[in-house]
Amino acid sequence: MSDTPFDIIEVRAGVEAENERFAAQVRDITARKGVFLINLMASPGAGKTTLLCRIIDALSPTYKIGVMEADMDADVDSYTVTAHGAKALQLRTGTSCHVDAKMMLRGLDCFQDPLPDVIILENVGNLVCPAEFDVGADLKLMILSVPEGDDKPLKYPLMFTVSDLMVINKIDTAPIFDFNTEKCKAHVRALNPEMQVFPLSAKTGDGMDAFLSRLQDVIAHTLTEKRKGAAK
Amino acid sequence: MHELGIVKHVIKTLHDVALENNVRRIGSVTLEVGEVSGVVLDQLVDCWNYFREKDELVKGAPLFVERVPAVTFCTTCEKEYPTVAHGKTCPHCGSTETYLLRGNEFSIKQIEAEVNEDA
Repeated sequence: MSDTPFDIIEVRAGVEAENERFAAQVRDITARKGVFLINLMASPGAGKTTLLCRIIDALSPTYKIGVMEADMDADVDSYTVTAHGAKALQLRTGTSCHVDAKMMLRGLDCFQDPLPDVIILENVGNLVCPAEFDVGADLKLMILSVPEGDDKPLKYPLMFTVSDLMVINKIDTAPIFDFNTEKCKAHVRALNPEMQVFPLSAKTGDGMDAFLSRLQDVIAHTLTEKRKGAAK
Repeated sequence: MHELGIVKHVIKTLHDVALENNVRRIGSVTLEVGEVSGVVLDQLVDCWNYFREKDELVKGAPLFVERVPAVTFCTTCEKEYPTVAHGKTCPHCGSTETYLLRGNEFSIKQIEAEVNEDA
């Protein structure tokens, strides 16, 4: 190298995607303002909006709920959740296949103070990219629905690795689709031993109680901690 | 799929480094990329070769990549093993109580740079 005009400069800079910085800002805001943020992820048609409406119905006596509906286009879901009494915000992602932390930050900005106690992001229907982008949520909630098949954890491992809580939806259709719940759970455990799995049907209500009570526990606990921290 | 954004971010970081070190031109860039970082190298290099021509600071600079092998640690038997071959299950004892030690990194290790002497 001595015959070139170049010096070697050690950089050692981690290329943290900008996303991580924005995600930290989101966490800071939700900590200060006492907001519990849920990132709801699933394939198109897994039942995100139906489950979401059930969650809103269960939580709204206790908490003010805000929903961010992310879709590449259309705002039909916003109308659906508004009918259930939540404040809804439509994030139109255009050609983007996921919501990133910067979009989340802008979304938070659009809710008026005081922010809702619980904000749920209904992410773009996709099991791939949303898993790669941390939006600063307190809980990553994913849905796998029975018609998608019990082998999906093998095909989309990242989504099942990063999520905290998993719903197996449309469990009432399991006999039709030869869905093996135990096999599915075993695939999930191999990727993510911490994951809590709740088989249920958002349509018939089967299994909803166990899921909702777990969700309520997590929210109550986290919000108590955040409010203690914010009061200091 | 996200390699384009990564390259743009690398170039932005290089501009910061250049400003700090009074660098006029960058001759080459060396990255450290973990085996399981999820970055697709072919796409990364394609994006680099496209974008470097649009930026005076890095014009013509080759991108060198050093691969960091992925290693997982088993908390049950306290041994290490190569991640790519065995995934989350320890080949020594069969436990899945394991975590990734390294192999997820993506960083700019060093650059060759032409420095302004007169400043």
